[in-house]
Amino acid sequence: MSLEVQIRRKLGSFELAIDLEHQEGSTAILGASGSGKSVTLQAIAGVLRPDAGRIVLNGRVLFDSSRHIDLPPQQRHVGFLFQNYALFPNMTVLDNVACGAPRGLTRRQRLALAADWIRTMQLDGFESRYPRHLSGGQQQRTALARALIGQPEILMLDEPFSALDAQLREQLIPELRKLLDTWEKDALLVTHSRDEAYELCSTMAVLDNGRLVRYGPVQEVFDNPQTMAAAALTGCKNVTPACKAGPHTVFVPDWGIHLETARAVEDHLKGVGIRAHYFSPGIAVNAFPVEIVEEVEEPFAWILKFRYAGQSPESPAIWWRLSKDRQRTSRRDTAVLGVEPHDVLLLYT
Amino acid sequence: MDWYPLLNSLRIAGLASVIVFFAGILTAYYVIRLPRLIKGILDVILTLPLVLPPTVVGWLLLLAVGANHPLGAFLSEIGMPLVMRWQGGVLAAAVVAFPLMYRTARGAFASFDETLAQSARTLGLSNTYIFWRIRLPVCRQGILAGMVLAFARALGEYGATSMLIGYTPGRTATISTTVYQLWRTNQDGAAMTWVFINIAISAAVLVTLNLLEKRRSPVR
Repeated sequence: MSLEVQIRRKLGSFELAIDLEHQEGSTAILGASGSGKSVTLQAIAGVLRPDAGRIVLNGRVLFDSSRHIDLPPQQRHVGFLFQNYALFPNMTVLDNVACGAPRGLTRRQRLALAADWIRTMQLDGFESRYPRHLSGGQQQRTALARALIGQPEILMLDEPFSALDAQLREQLIPELRKLLDTWEKDALLVTHSRDEAYELCSTMAVLDNGRLVRYGPVQEVFDNPQTMAAAALTGCKNVTPACKAGPHTVFVPDWGIHLETARAVEDHLKGVGIRAHYFSPGIAVNAFPVEIVEEVEEPFAWILKFRYAGQSPESPAIWWRLSKDRQRTSRRDTAVLGVEPHDVLLLYT
Repeated sequence: MDWYPLLNSLRIAGLASVIVFFAGILTAYYVIRLPRLIKGILDVILTLPLVLPPTVVGWLLLLAVGANHPLGAFLSEIGMPLVMRWQGGVLAAAVVAFPLMYRTARGAFASFDETLAQSARTLGLSNTYIFWRIRLPVCRQGILAGMVLAFARALGEYGATSMLIGYTPGRTATISTTVYQLWRTNQDGAAMTWVFINIAISAAVLVTLNLLEKRRSPVR
């Protein structure tokens, strides 16, 4: 199981240039809107044509501009779950699912297979309903059954939860996780939510402005995002320019401090990132006097925005996220905050 | 009473509607995909019969299929002359009604959610299947409305029809040409009968249209 994608596409001033090699398993493509993540999926499915490049799925060339190969979507054998599920409004659930059945079956066989999938997806009793009479979750399951019934070689999901409310999303993510686990084929998930990426996939590709800026196992990308864009997209609130000051020391000009790091600093360092929950008054290393300037109370945490004593006035306040746990006070009086050296994220582009 | 004008009008309008149905939706389907400039130019040309006086359309049709012109001569040769035949009425009605079908179909296609077609393609469905079984049914309200308008326009066609096929009782007479002829020859009573028949048909068509509009509930 493998997918190789090298595509170029220019759209006005935006240029998409993606080189991605997906191995076994499920990969999340994480990016802000306009980063080119949906376009990448559409190019793989064949519903959008890149200007140049090459797409190879399990050794099968789907697209190769230099050899003038461009298979129509019908011959690519990819399952595609659209953001709005794209169920055919003029067909019942049963007919919608049967539409995806492999070619060459009789109508009777297709309907029988569709009925099987409807049971698998727990849609029994909804066979003759029309999509507009289904809930968001049922629509998603119908679309999944329709995408999977044809035994595609890869399943691609484009923001599958964006049409659902938060509660339903929490409930459906584990269901999808289970489905992906039992299905045992590759999946690509496009999302702007780091939570979905983390919960559903083993590998993560981070896209920024049409480029792949980080690729690796999900946990590794979260622990060491390596690029400014990947740090921000994985939820790091504090990203700022920095330069090398020693083998394990960086200088952060905007904050006016030097930080010790656990990882060796390379010469081309561009910045550092520190996640909001990494700060603590109990840490003695990288500890500097701070002034709390703003306090925001969340249900389960306080966000305390602070400035270092020598911080430049243009630089935005730094976020410290303090879990409430069982303590009641917000620690507004904190005067010194430290950071463990291995929690200083080194960012190179 | 001679019912020929009614039969002939329904025959002409019916056939013209069938032609316009296919021509209108296929043209709309392809025009919508063209680059902007060509689309704009084609749009003007394809809509012209709607705004031109029907006599001008009749004149142009005579130029195209009249016996003195290559196409007309060819049609006579193969035994299908259109001038002064009821079949010519189908042509006149179709040309005049075409823009109504074309424009409504275009509007319906423009609001079609393309992701439906895209997902259908990834499911392996052929483009022909997608067109007839997904795109058309999803757009059916708009297309039916266009069809009703086209039929009504074809039924009411007078100008181009009278220029192309004239008025021959029992051969080319339609309701509209008959009313004119009866009025011209001072047979007001007979003309009134046809006027009422025409009003009845037109009202029925409009009621149909309104019923279709009412059923146009949001599709998703």
